[in-house]
Amino acid sequence: MKTLDLFTSELKVINVGLTSFKESLEQEGFKVIQVDWRPPAGGDEEVMEALRKLMGK
Amino acid sequence: MVAKGVIKKGEYFDSVTLMLVARDASKIDGVIDATIVMGTAQNKSILEMSEMLLDEFRNASDNDLIIAVKAKNEAAAVSGLKSTQDLLERSRQKTTDSSEYMPKSIESAFKVLPGANMVIISVAGKYAAEEAMKALQHDLHVMIFSDNVPKDKTLEIKKLGREKGLLVMGPDCGTAIINGAPLGFANVVNRGDIGIVSAAGTGLQEVSSIISNEGGGISQGIGTGGIDMKKDFGGLSFLTGLEALIADPQTKIITLISKPPHPEVLERIGEVLKTNKKPVVAAFLGADPALVKSIGAIPASSLEEAALLSVSLSKDVSMEQFNKEIKESENKLKELAKGLAKQLQPEQKYLRGLFQGGTLAYETQVILKDMIGEINSNVPLDPTLKLADSWRSVGHTVVDLGEDEFTVGRPHPQIDFSLRNKRILEEARDKSVAIIYLDVVIGHGTNLNPGEELAPVISEARNAGNALIIVTVTGTDRDPQNKHKIVKMYKDAGAIVLERNASASRLAGYILQNPRGN
Amino acid sequence: MVDMDKANKEALRRLVSATPKLVGMGKAIDVVPGMKKNMLLHSGPPVTWDRMCGPMKGGVIAALIYEGMAHTKEEAETLAASGQIEFSPCHHHQAVGPMAGIVSPSMPVYIIENAAFGNKSYATMNEGLGKVLRMGAYSPDVIERLKWMEEVLYPTLDRAIRFLDGMDMKSIIAQALHMGDELHNRNRGATSLFYRAIAPAIVRTTSDPLVIEKVLRFIDGNDHTFLNLSMATAKASLDPARNIEGSTMVVCMARNGTDFGIQVSGLGDEWFTAPAEVPPNALYFAGFTKDDANPDIGDSSIMETAGLGGFAIGAAPAIVQFTGGTPKDALNKTLSMYEITIGENTAYQVPYLNFRGTPTGIDVRLVVEKGLLPFIDTGIAHKNPGVGQVGAGLVDAPMEVFKKAIIAFSKKYA
Repeated sequence: MKTLDLFTSELKVINVGLTSFKESLEQEGFKVIQVDWRPPAGGDEEVMEALRKLMGK
Repeated sequence: MVAKGVIKKGEYFDSVTLMLVARDASKIDGVIDATIVMGTAQNKSILEMSEMLLDEFRNASDNDLIIAVKAKNEAAAVSGLKSTQDLLERSRQKTTDSSEYMPKSIESAFKVLPGANMVIISVAGKYAAEEAMKALQHDLHVMIFSDNVPKDKTLEIKKLGREKGLLVMGPDCGTAIINGAPLGFANVVNRGDIGIVSAAGTGLQEVSSIISNEGGGISQGIGTGGIDMKKDFGGLSFLTGLEALIADPQTKIITLISKPPHPEVLERIGEVLKTNKKPVVAAFLGADPALVKSIGAIPASSLEEAALLSVSLSKDVSMEQFNKEIKESENKLKELAKGLAKQLQPEQKYLRGLFQGGTLAYETQVILKDMIGEINSNVPLDPTLKLADSWRSVGHTVVDLGEDEFTVGRPHPQIDFSLRNKRILEEARDKSVAIIYLDVVIGHGTNLNPGEELAPVISEARNAGNALIIVTVTGTDRDPQNKHKIVKMYKDAGAIVLERNASASRLAGYILQNPRGN
Repeated sequence: MVDMDKANKEALRRLVSATPKLVGMGKAIDVVPGMKKNMLLHSGPPVTWDRMCGPMKGGVIAALIYEGMAHTKEEAETLAASGQIEFSPCHHHQAVGPMAGIVSPSMPVYIIENAAFGNKSYATMNEGLGKVLRMGAYSPDVIERLKWMEEVLYPTLDRAIRFLDGMDMKSIIAQALHMGDELHNRNRGATSLFYRAIAPAIVRTTSDPLVIEKVLRFIDGNDHTFLNLSMATAKASLDPARNIEGSTMVVCMARNGTDFGIQVSGLGDEWFTAPAEVPPNALYFAGFTKDDANPDIGDSSIMETAGLGGFAIGAAPAIVQFTGGTPKDALNKTLSMYEITIGENTAYQVPYLNFRGTPTGIDVRLVVEKGLLPFIDTGIAHKNPGVGQVGAGLVDAPMEVFKKAIIAFSKKYA
């Protein structure tokens, strides 16, 4: 069961967004990596739609 | 305009270092231009073009370093030249490596951290769904702090999570505690055998903190986000979390927190609980206790009660003993209320509750509506009691400062106190106010100086008027803020401080029911 | 729908299997496909005379004077505006040019042959630094130098190259990467290797010691001698990857000082353009500032398109500070480019990344999806003709061109 796997493994987090969440985890000794995220297509809706069509989403 | 310069014989720096230092040197106060170059013929002719080829430079060789500075006057040129030389020296000392590579996407992050099992997403709602899908497709559990995720996308993510047996905590999930780790706005609590599933962020903070403070511990605190229990989303995240706790060997007691779920959702929870043997405490705030019992859970009428009940069950305390303790503390509360009520003037009638935590604002209204009557609010229990203007209190008022009208373009009230501090003083000057009621939720992600930022305002409020100030602090001693210090600061400033919202609310209720302490 | 991943794999395969070899030289009118007596080639996407930037106009003036078609700046300008001169992008003729990239009929060009696919590419010889045609200079000494290059440098090099039976470009580039070059802004290692290879051949095939000396000193005095060769090599390597149905790989990035343009494999010859910008984070030489800078110009971004230049900046510690930081920052910059490329070129390695192949084959979809732009490590020209290079820096390709390409791709294939 995937949730049980989570509960019995070491928590390793990927953080996408507010860096304070990463800092909190580090302070408490947990492994976390920050994603240097930026909006796809610079936020352009038309392009995002075209991209979705291409990626088959 | 004055030009000054110096030759450093036999000194070598690569041209890029020199350019960088020259660029920084040009920014020095009083310096118009700075040039640092090796004494080659080509560089000397460039210096000549900028009128900086001083006589002493003409004989400089390829291996000599020329430093030239143009400034407004003699003094500026001399000091500029010295500063430039300092900059050059310091550039030699730059040895520290910059930070590690930051991956640009979940995919590449997964490559850098292959054992990753959880993704926390807090980017704008419009993008959060795609990121969450990526996480789920990589078989990672996900917590979505973001709100304003489009409805259809929200349903898609929750469905996919349920199908794959992965936790989808959110959207709109502010708090979770997984494997003891504080995710989002969360408290540092003891590990133990009580597992929580909560559709209420500050609700989870309150319950987990009280459990920890009473000597119990949390196995897992699964948040689902506030919208999960609505009909549209069918409690999909909640059910996955509940099933996970039923299966988890570390969890012996299960605690559920939510506003009253939609009947269909309640039924589904009932289905899941049919095969469950662990005690389940359910704080569905404001729900009919009979309904809760009918699905096989023990009803708790408040977050505090849920926490205390869970700890008692965990420690095998009898119900008799539990009820005895509850009665004793309630009597103490009534005594305290009597004493405090004596301080009030006849014209002081109203409660003004100013809340950081949405769930606590809700809970206080649920508790007080039967004790003091109609409470106006920007998030009222009864739609007819909606405040015309959230910024203006009327009669008994409870305000959730985390609502949109207060947070557009501003950090959350758990981080930024300024808005509430202003409001506190307004209420303090209102002679009809009997009680100003404040919650302070500490823990990771929230304001690091709640003592320094609120205590002086409490003092000022106590000087400005006669209103009692009741503060309830949610948190533990292990939180980054110093809870003991904070509590003391508030007390010294003249507030009555408790560490449980339900008790604090009932205290306010007892005071207002018996205003002169008779 | 077409299998884009499969198409991209093929595009990358072609790119990395190139065998580019310098086989000889010739005059543009004789060897460059489609070259005409009244034609001038230029860098970047198509542009008309009236829209050309300062340095490019200067380069056109210099070329017309050099060809004897005009005697003064004014005559050249009138001729250029008259419609009698045909302007065409180097890229449309299998050629590439740095900065203004002007190629005129009489100019000698290197010939690179990619035997693996049978295609060729062409580029002029690099004139050196400062007041040169590619920076828009057109003074008599510029013309004089060009004449010397045509009459003396070209035949000398050509004989030497043929004496050697050609020169393998790929191996020079691979070695140069181990010597701290990235092959766009930093070519010192590659130029040195070129010098070592060609010098004995020059001695054998040229009898006048004064000519030998002058030619060797000319190469020695210009670290960027190899730039034009590395650009032509990149061009020859990328061209076979054009026109693969369904491939989202970028086959060309080029600027003309006014516009920035890309071409995508699965979208044929269509250019996707946006305004070229002045690099916002640049280091300027003594006496120059951002106000002096011309917008991004040159075909040299073909290097990044082929996985070199900025993409290999982790291999070039000496110019790392153009990234505004330490060698670690430069490595991180290269690492970030793996996120938008189809694969790696194992022939071109970055030593400090445990000899990992450079990030190669820009995938338009990944650029747009991750909002992560390819960056180009470039030189900056003065906006006025004839002044020369005023600085260097990193510039991001504009998002707009990739957005346009995605929309076009979606219309064609989805």
